[in-house]
Amino acid sequence: MASPDPLGGVVSVDFENVLRSARRRLLKMHYESQVCHLGGNLSCLDALVTLQHRTLTKDDVFILSKGHSAGALYVALWSAGKLSEDDLKTFHQDGTRLAGHPASGWHPDIRFSTGSLGHGPGLAAGTALSRKLSGRSGRIFCLTSDGEWQEGSCWEALTFAAHRGLDNLCLLVDQNGLQGFGSTEEVASTADLEPRFRAFHAGVRTVDGHDPDALLAALDGSWEAPRIVVLRTVKGRFLPGLEGRMESHYLPLKADGYEAAVKACGEGL
Amino acid sequence: MRDAFRDGMTALARGGVPFVFLTGDLGFGALEPLRDALGPRFINAGISEQNLVSVAAGLAADGTDAWAYSIAPFLYARALEQVRNDVCFHGLPVRLVGNGGGFSYGSMGPTHHALEDYGILTALKGMRAYVPAFNEDLAAVLAALTARRGPAYLRLGRGEAPKGVPMPDYAPWRRLVSGDGPTLAVVGPLAGTLWSASLNLPQNRRPRLWVCAELPLADTLPEAFLEDVESSGTLALVEEHVAQGGAGPALAAELLQRGRAPRIFRHFAVRGYPSGRVGSQAFHRRENGLDAPSVLAALGCLP
Repeated sequence: MASPDPLGGVVSVDFENVLRSARRRLLKMHYESQVCHLGGNLSCLDALVTLQHRTLTKDDVFILSKGHSAGALYVALWSAGKLSEDDLKTFHQDGTRLAGHPASGWHPDIRFSTGSLGHGPGLAAGTALSRKLSGRSGRIFCLTSDGEWQEGSCWEALTFAAHRGLDNLCLLVDQNGLQGFGSTEEVASTADLEPRFRAFHAGVRTVDGHDPDALLAALDGSWEAPRIVVLRTVKGRFLPGLEGRMESHYLPLKADGYEAAVKACGEGL
Repeated sequence: MRDAFRDGMTALARGGVPFVFLTGDLGFGALEPLRDALGPRFINAGISEQNLVSVAAGLAADGTDAWAYSIAPFLYARALEQVRNDVCFHGLPVRLVGNGGGFSYGSMGPTHHALEDYGILTALKGMRAYVPAFNEDLAAVLAALTARRGPAYLRLGRGEAPKGVPMPDYAPWRRLVSGDGPTLAVVGPLAGTLWSASLNLPQNRRPRLWVCAELPLADTLPEAFLEDVESSGTLALVEEHVAQGGAGPALAAELLQRGRAPRIFRHFAVRGYPSGRVGSQAFHRRENGLDAPSVLAALGCLP
């Protein structure tokens, strides 16, 4: 199955293998480190790997606003050859640079320290504004969670971006429907983000967040100011018995769960 | 002081210094010349201080120098996490400009007073606070801020310099009055009022009056100040800021560590709103014992 790619390539069977490999590496990293937040890492990993391999150019900037998905970012960078196997082995260990939430200052693709939600959209808007004012090229991508849009600062940034005509800014929303202590609907009636985004004059695309073809298509063409891509995802994807469940946010993997998840990811490179 | 700030910034813009100026919907009737000089680089970011600071950080991280302007507490209190995480964690050259230092906003009420600003901000990584005392300081302070490659906070107050008195050139520490009385260090504009009140005191009661305009203060303490402290034996620090996190405890600790502590140390700082009532900046200074007669009387400087 192949489809057009904004960079002129094709999404192929080979790329499915890249995704499988990344999923397995993320599982291994979290299993060995016994670190939580795996569910939200698995929900956005496919999108991050797709961005790293198929979308981002040297002029583009990616900002991970949902910093608790640092593991997915590290694995996506590893998958793209920007972090080493040895780097990943230090995840969450004493002396590591690979913190549970990204810490900046050592890697060009980790521009900002994030982890407190609601910061990425404003940072991204400022970066996009900088490119506009200076006439420099490059697109600014920022991945948020869905619960993160309960932070007022996100709406401040969206208002600013729309008013300033930042058509070089794309906000991606990992809509897995679950947050820290319940679903986004139960906690704050925020399952319906798209009409809210449209009311703020953003251009909105909603896609299956685990379908690279769909993501690439949603990023295609001239962007509105800004474009928002809502990624419909499954929290804890490939975790048998934990998919779409709160427990995937917190529980570290046990041996049998890890083996089952690796198997669920399928074979590949 | 806001007008002096505006004039200085406008001169920088017209001189070709590249920067973006963001305001949180403030500056009507004041900042228009700067707006006109900067054109699209003057951004009214609206009433959204968290975003204001994050955008400034995003600009700076991408190589565009940024200034972020608002009423002081809206920056250091409302947007503190953005200052901490987005600006200071990354050591970015974002200049936060807080108008209304101390009780400057007077009867506008406590929400507009900035009584903990430089204490909070200088606790953050790499942050340096500038508290110019006089309108004449602004040109030098703005030059320093422009040259600085890390986070900075500028606290704007009200120029209170006495008229007809030669103004010493800007420096982080300056001696304003030489007397034989106690050594008196003052942070920011309040120094002007104490300067006026000290001029006609007899020599034996006149304080050795110093003004401090940059924090943290430890790395700029001049030897002449330390000598004044030693020879007078009494040091008082006055600041329109709460004691916790203020310049007073920092100065005392620094002198102790250097083994040059005075025999007597007095700290005059903001206690709050003891009467529960609100008034002018002068009213609040009096209520907190920060007005010149109260300070000078407490130090035995008045005849």
